[in-house]
Amino acid sequence: MDLILQPWPWYVSGALIAFVMWLLLYFGKSFGFSNNLRTLCTMCGADKFAPFFKFNWKEQSWNLLFLVGAGLGGYIATNYLTTPDYVVAISEATIDDLSVLGFAAPTAYAPASQFGMEALSSWQNILILVTGGFMVGFGARYAGGCTSGHAISGISDLQPASLLAVVGFFIGGLAMTHLIFPLIY
Amino acid sequence: MKQIKFLLAGTLFGIIMFKSEAASWYRIQEMFRFQDFHMYGIIGLAVAIGVPMVWFMKKNNAKDSSGAPIVFRPKAWSIPRYLFGGIIFGLGWALSGACPGPIVVNIGAGFAGYIVVLVAAMFGTFLYGVLRDKLPH
Repeated sequence: MDLILQPWPWYVSGALIAFVMWLLLYFGKSFGFSNNLRTLCTMCGADKFAPFFKFNWKEQSWNLLFLVGAGLGGYIATNYLTTPDYVVAISEATIDDLSVLGFAAPTAYAPASQFGMEALSSWQNILILVTGGFMVGFGARYAGGCTSGHAISGISDLQPASLLAVVGFFIGGLAMTHLIFPLIY
Repeated sequence: MKQIKFLLAGTLFGIIMFKSEAASWYRIQEMFRFQDFHMYGIIGLAVAIGVPMVWFMKKNNAKDSSGAPIVFRPKAWSIPRYLFGGIIFGLGWALSGACPGPIVVNIGAGFAGYIVVLVAAMFGTFLYGVLRDKLPH
């Protein structure tokens, strides 16, 4: 039990992610989380605005259940599968870099100033959350997939398109971290 | 009720994402600063298992649980679509510290800010759908 309560090492986590991919293939589906964003748009009536959203969303109901499960998994893990003194043990170098930007060393899973309730009292913070989410949603659909669809499933199938998408993910991520973070934090 | 297996698979996925810390904003920062092997180990190992797994399934015409053949659809090649789309996604991934799965995992873990991120991600997807014909693919 103690091993489950500790953070899971990369070799356990990586193998389990491959297992989830296999599980979905065995169930006759494919691993692609961001498809849910399109489905949610259709359910909210987006099909009245663009043909992209005209499809039978019920065919994706399995993926929505997978999404609900992911949220449930986050709830279970944080409440029942961690120790009370748990902090994310990132490297000293990252703690130093983040402190330059004004972030304290981790005391929670994510910085509360950015993602906790208190984050919603600052309009600058809300702007960051909205911009980040917007680019994730827009980019995932433009690129035809996110980390699960391209970096895991697509590269496992040796798809050149997925490799290019992942190169794009890193160009964007590195630019945000090294060029834009120093300007906004 | 037949669909309950997807809820369970999703729950397992959510627990893995949380416990691996792949859903942590801090780990994503560490990854984009190349300061630890952790995230590269996770993604690298998943792919190192995934490549021979998919190859083996294709070679043996593997069937799913209902007996239907498992199909892998090749993705049509395009430079602008994957490069531009990928860059926009990467900017958002680093800024919000989460890709779509972990956004939901963080909401479950109690971070209200990620509800805003999720709604904005839906809006981003919506705008992509509206502008789709005007974008280079």
